[in-house]
Amino acid sequence: MSPSEQERGAAPDDELVGGHEAVLEIGVYLIGLGLATLLTIVSFFVAQTTLVWQPSIPVALAVLAIAQMGIHLVFFLHMTTGPDNVNNAMALAFGVLIVLLVIIGSLWIMAHMNHNMMPMDQIMQMQR
Amino acid sequence: MFGKLSWAAIPFDQPIPLIAAAMVGVMIMGVLAWVALKGWLPYLWQEWITSVDHKRIGIMYTLLAMVMLLRGFADAIMMRSQQALAFHSQGYLPPEHYNQIFSAHGTLMIFFVAMPFVIGLMNFVVPLQLGVRDVAFPTLNSVGFWLTATGALLVNISLVVGEFARTGWLPYPPLSEITYSPGVGVDYYLWALEISGIGTLLSGVNLVTTVLKLRAPGMTLMRMPVFCWTTLASNLLIVAAFPILTATLAMLLLDRYLGFHFFTNEAGGNVMMFMNLIWAWGHPEVYILVLPAFGVFSEVISTFSRKPLFGYRSMVAATMAICVLSFTVWLHHFFTMGAGADVNAIFGIASMLIAIPTGVKIFNWLFTMYGGRVVYSPSLLWSIGFMVTFVIGGITGVLLAEPPADFVLHNSLFLVAHFHNVIIGGVLFGAFAGYTYWFPKAFGFRLHDGLGKAAFWCWIVGFYAAFMPLYVVGLMGMTRRMQHYDVAAWRPWLLIAAGGAAIILAGIIMQIAQLAVSIRRREELRDVTGDPWDGRSLEWATSSPPPAFNFAVLPRVDGEDAYWRLKQRVRQQAMLVAEPVYTEIEMPRNSPTGFICAFFATFMGFALIWHIWWLVAVAAVGAYATFVVFAWRDRHEDVIPADFVARIDRANRDARGEALAGLGTAR
Amino acid sequence: MTGFEAIAGREVLNRAGESWDRHAVAAHTASELVSKRIVVGYGFWIFLLSDIVMFSAFFASYAVLVDQTAGGPAGRDLFDLRNVGLETACLLLSSFTCGIASIGAQAHRGSWFYSAMAVTFVLGATFVGLEVREFTSLAAQGAGPTRSAFLSGFFTVVGCHGLHVTAGLLWLLTMMAQVFAKGYRADILRRVLCFSMFWHFLDIVWVGLFSMVYLIGAVT
Repeated sequence: MSPSEQERGAAPDDELVGGHEAVLEIGVYLIGLGLATLLTIVSFFVAQTTLVWQPSIPVALAVLAIAQMGIHLVFFLHMTTGPDNVNNAMALAFGVLIVLLVIIGSLWIMAHMNHNMMPMDQIMQMQR
Repeated sequence: MFGKLSWAAIPFDQPIPLIAAAMVGVMIMGVLAWVALKGWLPYLWQEWITSVDHKRIGIMYTLLAMVMLLRGFADAIMMRSQQALAFHSQGYLPPEHYNQIFSAHGTLMIFFVAMPFVIGLMNFVVPLQLGVRDVAFPTLNSVGFWLTATGALLVNISLVVGEFARTGWLPYPPLSEITYSPGVGVDYYLWALEISGIGTLLSGVNLVTTVLKLRAPGMTLMRMPVFCWTTLASNLLIVAAFPILTATLAMLLLDRYLGFHFFTNEAGGNVMMFMNLIWAWGHPEVYILVLPAFGVFSEVISTFSRKPLFGYRSMVAATMAICVLSFTVWLHHFFTMGAGADVNAIFGIASMLIAIPTGVKIFNWLFTMYGGRVVYSPSLLWSIGFMVTFVIGGITGVLLAEPPADFVLHNSLFLVAHFHNVIIGGVLFGAFAGYTYWFPKAFGFRLHDGLGKAAFWCWIVGFYAAFMPLYVVGLMGMTRRMQHYDVAAWRPWLLIAAGGAAIILAGIIMQIAQLAVSIRRREELRDVTGDPWDGRSLEWATSSPPPAFNFAVLPRVDGEDAYWRLKQRVRQQAMLVAEPVYTEIEMPRNSPTGFICAFFATFMGFALIWHIWWLVAVAAVGAYATFVVFAWRDRHEDVIPADFVARIDRANRDARGEALAGLGTAR
Repeated sequence: MTGFEAIAGREVLNRAGESWDRHAVAAHTASELVSKRIVVGYGFWIFLLSDIVMFSAFFASYAVLVDQTAGGPAGRDLFDLRNVGLETACLLLSSFTCGIASIGAQAHRGSWFYSAMAVTFVLGATFVGLEVREFTSLAAQGAGPTRSAFLSGFFTVVGCHGLHVTAGLLWLLTMMAQVFAKGYRADILRRVLCFSMFWHFLDIVWVGLFSMVYLIGAVT
């Protein structure tokens, strides 16, 4: 890579960077597919079994989902934390931050709002 | 066949909109006829409408903003005069009409004045400051602009065909639901914003990629002008926040069109969720607007103080801190909605914290001016006016950030005064400063100084006269958006406010006069070298206006204030740098894709509003087909031959050489 | 002072430590600073992040409204996990075949590219078909999106994903047509890169959806 390309980084989904052969590339995808399948099966199992402590299931599913998203990012989208991927990783981190703020923020706020709010049908009755 | 559309949609029974529409219609027809008769249509089509040049697109964005400013200001005058008159009286605007006016005023000012103004400035300036030839995705840039224009067009059409929303600039349910707003007004609003929102998002993607990936050789991030940093932060916010707006308005559309229950009163809908989501967009939005203005001030203040900007690193840190923090404060827009003390406290504290990086910036600007050889050009006057005005507005903001205070002042005129304080004092003054500062770069001649200063003084006096009374009357308990009132104590203040609006009108007239006079006297005001202000950043290294390719050869940068360093070296050596080796340059080809796409989008939006389903389908197919045709293009670039590049560049070098010689003899 | 020093002058030679010919230096830096592929890829990446934020807004609404069934059916009553499993398998496999297709495109191997894209299309279309079938059956049993806020949220967040997949299928066919018509030209390959990023991203969103909408809904 020319010096300017090294400074500028790599495109997010690009296999070109490593200069691997096609065969090695398929290997990466196969590993990704295998791991993702495994995590999917575990998720479905956890959701339908009684072997796991029930209240922990939502958290477990969330963790498994995040792990599988990571698998996709690494094996299918070739995200690394190398110097040529810094911009891509930073952008992803920013996006994840916003997603967390929006989802967790909304859930927290709305839970409080709902707690303090009279049920809607009672309010509508008051209007009549 | 025509859905809900019928002749009843045209307001034949309402004189004010009818006359206004007729006047505007006559003006537009007049302009079109004049352009056509003068034979300018081919030129406009080739050089502007189908242009993918960031400079042209930036100018068109700014022009759109300024025209919409006139419409939004007309709404403001109507509101101020109504409130001045409507004491124990109905005034001259019936409630249904008044409600549309304040809704249109806010919608236009935020989405079709402030946004296009700052986006226009960023588009024009950033590639020049970065030392590159264009933004990352020039054709997408054109698409973004024309989709924004589509949104503006739809809002303006609502004046003539149908009605506009009566729900304010953010359409809170349940009022905005189909049950309580069965007309087309809210639909006009929703589709105009969904369409222009796509345009804005494209612009965001474009500018983030440009700043992070396309800079002149040697220009590291920490050597960029601060305006480019604020552009980066603002566009990161666009990319992060606008999707929330898109989603939330889409949910309201689903409620209205398909009977969904996101925000309805029945079947479990949650009205408060709308407020939560819309402000999760709405707060970052105001930072999207003000960050580029901060960037403008950094450029203007350092240029006209003839000093490098004080505290570059802390400016960068403050900018990025504001970028992140702006996503942690949104609940302060609905403290009174009932989230409770703990939630309110956290967001209140966060809202106070976000004032700190802004304070850092203010101090940096002051320290930049201190010890400098200050030139009180109109741009600098706007900057000083900003610093005073924005600090006042910011202080009232911190006051409103206290939940207990906000419980008294929420939705009063105190709030209205606060946000106009920061938006006018911050965003609009910044836009005017940037407009004045970069006008010569865009058009090759400066704006008339005297009229610029007159405009500034009218604006700032008018602003204080129009909005300080609103603080008072808000503290006295007056609610916003009142069509009439009967509290005698409020009346004198509202009369003063109306007077203030008149003074601002004088300011706007000064600005129009300034433009007209400057065009007429452009030879006297000509910018010969391309560097009228003795600037510090790379845009001043080009001719005014710059050639299509910006730089004949891309500059190499070895520090901050790139252009200033090189200028100092050249002045010391008292001769220009050696002539470079000119090579041919590839520039992206112009394309009608943006315009045609927007053409179909306009019809699609109009058809969706009026439920003309066959037209929706036709327009959607048309828009898709446009993209496919564009994708099938084989040649993406035109080549500019080396001798042409040489000829243009040499002309500028000659002008600069003469100026340099002039400097030498003066010494 | 447009030309400035370094491009055609000494600085660049010193920094690079190579004796580049003046003309070659000018030509190199006057053209692209960084490859278009990197720029386009990054721009599309930013766009995908904005799309994720949009999904998160829809998901936040769903999550807030998940208990608002208005006396009607809840997730536990409606979600068919076997169907979800089938959809997941289709989409995951299609992500894999999309990866094969992008390898084929980079290697300019039509056999790999066209066959992998075709399989991807079939799998994606199966996914959409299964989802449409699920939606229509729900609507038929009176559990359509207008029944309750929960169902509005469900149909919107899952439907938005389905619409994205449908758009992706249209894009897939367009890419196959483009490669067929114009070969493995650099700009076409850039678009294939964007398409494959988009397709993988759709699977990532689906992981979130099947876990946090379907599985959690079926459990609680």
